[in-house]
Amino acid sequence: MLLRLVERARRRSAWLFHLNAGACNGCDIELVTCLSPRYDVEQLGIRLEGSPRHADVLCVTGPVTRATRPALELVHGQLPEPKVVVAIGSCPASGNVFAGSPMIEGPLDRIVPVDVYVPGCPPRPHAIIEGIARAIDLLATRRQAGGAR
Amino acid sequence: MSPSRALLALLVFPGLLYALPMGWLMLGLERKLRARFQGRRGPPLTQPFYDVVKLLAKTPVPRAAADARLLTALPLLAVGAMAGALALLPALAGGAGFTGDLILLVGLLELPPLCLILAGYASRSIFGEVGATREAVVSIACNAPFLAALLALATAGGTLRLQELAAATPWTVRAPALLAILLCLPVKLRLNPFSLSNAEQEILAGPLTELDGRWLALWELAHALEWVALTGLVAALGFPPSGASALLDGLRLGAVSLALVPPLTLLGAATGRLKLGQVTRWLWRWPTLAAVAAVVVAQLVRRP
Repeated sequence: MLLRLVERARRRSAWLFHLNAGACNGCDIELVTCLSPRYDVEQLGIRLEGSPRHADVLCVTGPVTRATRPALELVHGQLPEPKVVVAIGSCPASGNVFAGSPMIEGPLDRIVPVDVYVPGCPPRPHAIIEGIARAIDLLATRRQAGGAR
Repeated sequence: MSPSRALLALLVFPGLLYALPMGWLMLGLERKLRARFQGRRGPPLTQPFYDVVKLLAKTPVPRAAADARLLTALPLLAVGAMAGALALLPALAGGAGFTGDLILLVGLLELPPLCLILAGYASRSIFGEVGATREAVVSIACNAPFLAALLALATAGGTLRLQELAAATPWTVRAPALLAILLCLPVKLRLNPFSLSNAEQEILAGPLTELDGRWLALWELAHALEWVALTGLVAALGFPPSGASALLDGLRLGAVSLALVPPLTLLGAATGRLKLGQVTRWLWRWPTLAAVAAVVVAQLVRRP
């Protein structure tokens, strides 16, 4: 019963941390749009947190540049378990137009395990919300430490 | 106060059994109303409860720089102090309380901010330190009018016992003293425009930035109890228990406490954050004016 309560609580209270790993700001604007009155993800218990230590879901935008890789690794390590990683936009998934650049260390799944990809350049807020909802499903049933892979 | 009665007050009413659901309801109502004021639907009223359950089930990341024992002890102390403060509230008429319990109440109400300041410094984070410094400055500025108002009540009532004080203080003193306490309420609850110490998006979460899992959950609990204790204090002083029926007195305390949530939320939703200097100036002007008025009237009407 306790496990069921915890699972229910995880489903209803996902806190996000947003990390810009060299994004052009397009995906970031779309992510913040989800919090506006039109989409209002807070009704699902979702909150954008300022500190990675408070968060359950790490939302990464951008192709992961050389300069942002240490920050990404640090922040990923600061999220307490259980956690999920959502790659928002085409950049963290494939590198997008920056693929092959010597300044790019991505795609994201080379550095940290990714649970959900939300493709698009930038993805629509609906797609981001759907991706986060899938991530919450994974989060709720995750029993122990470790990524999806 | 007999030990069994004290235990009942601590654990049942107005203690934990009443205060925990009430605190979650107040925080839930605050978030819901804030969302409605901003044209959103907002989270369900049960949201703070689920937040705490989720946080309790997380595994904190071990850290070398910060002392885990200190970070565990501080929120526990804050929750315990708030539970004790709740137990002292003159919620019901009768033999509750003891001589001097006003002083104990003030001490217990002041412990959680002190713990928060220490937690901010103990977390070894720059955001925690900035938040803790702000909290320290604001709570010193806020306590001048808050304590002066309580002092005025005690002077006019001629007692340091909350129960008698709530029943006996004349309204010429009680009105300005309550006004001063009411003006201090959003400051003590860290609501906009006084949300300096936990200024979200500015210094992340202030003293709580580096805390995760159960530590954060305990702080959320302490904050919920803070809401119940401070609004309960205003309710008990503004509408003292009549003693006719314990049930009615309890219901009235709950209703008045809940009725304070919408105006506080409206203030928070409608205003932006002030700067530290502006907050101190405001505190030393308006609430202090009301508190000084209460002290002066209390000296005049004091029983010989």
